[in-house]
Amino acid sequence: MHPAYSVIFFTTASGAGYGLMFWLGLAHVAGLLPDSRWLPFLALATALVLVTAGLISSTFHLGHPERAWRALSQWRSSWLSREGIAALATYVPAGLLALVWLFGVQTPLSLLLGLLAAAGAVVTVWCTGMIYASLRTIRQWHQPLVPLVYLGLAAASGALLLALILAFSGLHWPAVLASGSLVLALLLKLAYFARIDGDRGAYTAQMALGLDAEAHVRVLDPPHTRPNFIMREMGYEIGRRYATRLRRIALVALFAVPIPLAGLVVLGSGLSPLMLAVATLSAGIGLLVERWLFFAEAEHVSMLYYGRPRA
Amino acid sequence: MTSLPACSDKKLGLSIDLDICVGCQACVTSCKEWNTGGYSAPLSDHDPYGADPSGAWLNRVHSYEVSAPGWDRTLHFPRSCLHCETPDCVTVCPTGASYKRVEDGIVLVNPDTCIGCKLCSWACPYGAREYDHDDGVMKKCTLCVDRIYNDTIPEEDRVPACVRACPTGARAFGDFADPESAVSRAAEERGGFDLLAEFGYRPVNTYLPPRRGPVAQAQPHQPGHPATARPGSEVPALPKPATTEGKGRLDTLFAWVDRALTR
Repeated sequence: MHPAYSVIFFTTASGAGYGLMFWLGLAHVAGLLPDSRWLPFLALATALVLVTAGLISSTFHLGHPERAWRALSQWRSSWLSREGIAALATYVPAGLLALVWLFGVQTPLSLLLGLLAAAGAVVTVWCTGMIYASLRTIRQWHQPLVPLVYLGLAAASGALLLALILAFSGLHWPAVLASGSLVLALLLKLAYFARIDGDRGAYTAQMALGLDAEAHVRVLDPPHTRPNFIMREMGYEIGRRYATRLRRIALVALFAVPIPLAGLVVLGSGLSPLMLAVATLSAGIGLLVERWLFFAEAEHVSMLYYGRPRA
Repeated sequence: MTSLPACSDKKLGLSIDLDICVGCQACVTSCKEWNTGGYSAPLSDHDPYGADPSGAWLNRVHSYEVSAPGWDRTLHFPRSCLHCETPDCVTVCPTGASYKRVEDGIVLVNPDTCIGCKLCSWACPYGAREYDHDDGVMKKCTLCVDRIYNDTIPEEDRVPACVRACPTGARAFGDFADPESAVSRAAEERGGFDLLAEFGYRPVNTYLPPRRGPVAQAQPHQPGHPATARPGSEVPALPKPATTEGKGRLDTLFAWVDRALTR
């Protein structure tokens, strides 16, 4: 599948934003946030900025962004519609909580807002994952692990951001959270790679043409002389060696660099803000590569008509 | 409304005979001609007479060479929307622009409410939906809904343009819900099959299989003729799709990354 930059940026940025929002909400309920009025607000504002930048970017790949509001109507059947509604609904508790913190209001209601914001973040990221996981046409996406990987990576990148922001108050527990969720996300992603590498694809060119399984099929004449929309959108191909190298880069940048750095912060180090900044930056680059690969490695059934033997 | 109707009163669709299709592309051009002036605004083209033509078409005809034990043949394969009974292209649509009609089962896109998110094209295993870059909406076969019910054209023209154009009679239009219709009877007699039935979208369009067995040939093929090439030999592949993203610093960066990774 063609990796569209706008969608890659969207899921990376808003994923991290929702992850940060999730941990902030829970930490607030657990009473773990620092007494400072500004740090929690700054963190939640960062989350809201990331989420909003991602959502705005996601409309760039639409043919008619001005009609985007219509996408809120089909929540009964469409995961994309559900994602839109969940994203908008999550703004309510998260925005109110940000106001409560900004004005320093003391109210037990803020605990409810924290819980609702955390729940909204989970639901939104789950819907994002399900948009891909519900597509039967793409075996690399049609996996139960896909929404879990999206959740795991959102939680990990959000925890890194939280650790970075709270490092200025000398709190170390977020770094524990960051290393833990990074390890969990790593396990999920490795399981995902193992799963898609072991799956050859259930559909063959013979099936696509209604022929017997033993028939040999060769493209004699394509229906058009140059690539069409279907080939450009669904026919993106990436070489095996190339993909392997990119996977390695993603795993190093996303896990191998940030996990030890976050671990060092847990053990106590004077340089924690700096180390966490490096860890967050590295994870961000790793996430972008991981998201790009998620598209580039995805094979679409319709390519069976264009000479691919299996999908 | 993108929830699917429980069932449609009629099941209008096409019967496509793979045995007699000669791959002449008449249905393709006829489809384009009618629909570029029809229901859903022009089907835009880019660089149509230049070196890199592309555009939105609702019907494509592939040609394959098939060899199986006991038979070899050229297989011309028309591919368009199959107006499935339970397709995900309708249910994934976030706006309700993609819908299936209760009265006749035709799957349509409302060009006034489509946001151009392309998710429906991702959900279609047949590659039947093509995005129109000028209109910013998805285009697909309408089963010539603006012909088949059109009282202002002669009665013999009230069939899809592709059916009207087919010189060999490989395409037929009718109601698959009626067991006595010509298309239902042809499907019954000829062993018509659902394309990618394993996928479970329950297509309405039905393909009639090519006859198996040796085909009479006037002359053995000449050496070097494409039809004598065996599987595994050179395939006339299309050029790799070029990226549609904007050119600039980002592309220079990616070109460098590309070189570094392939080294």
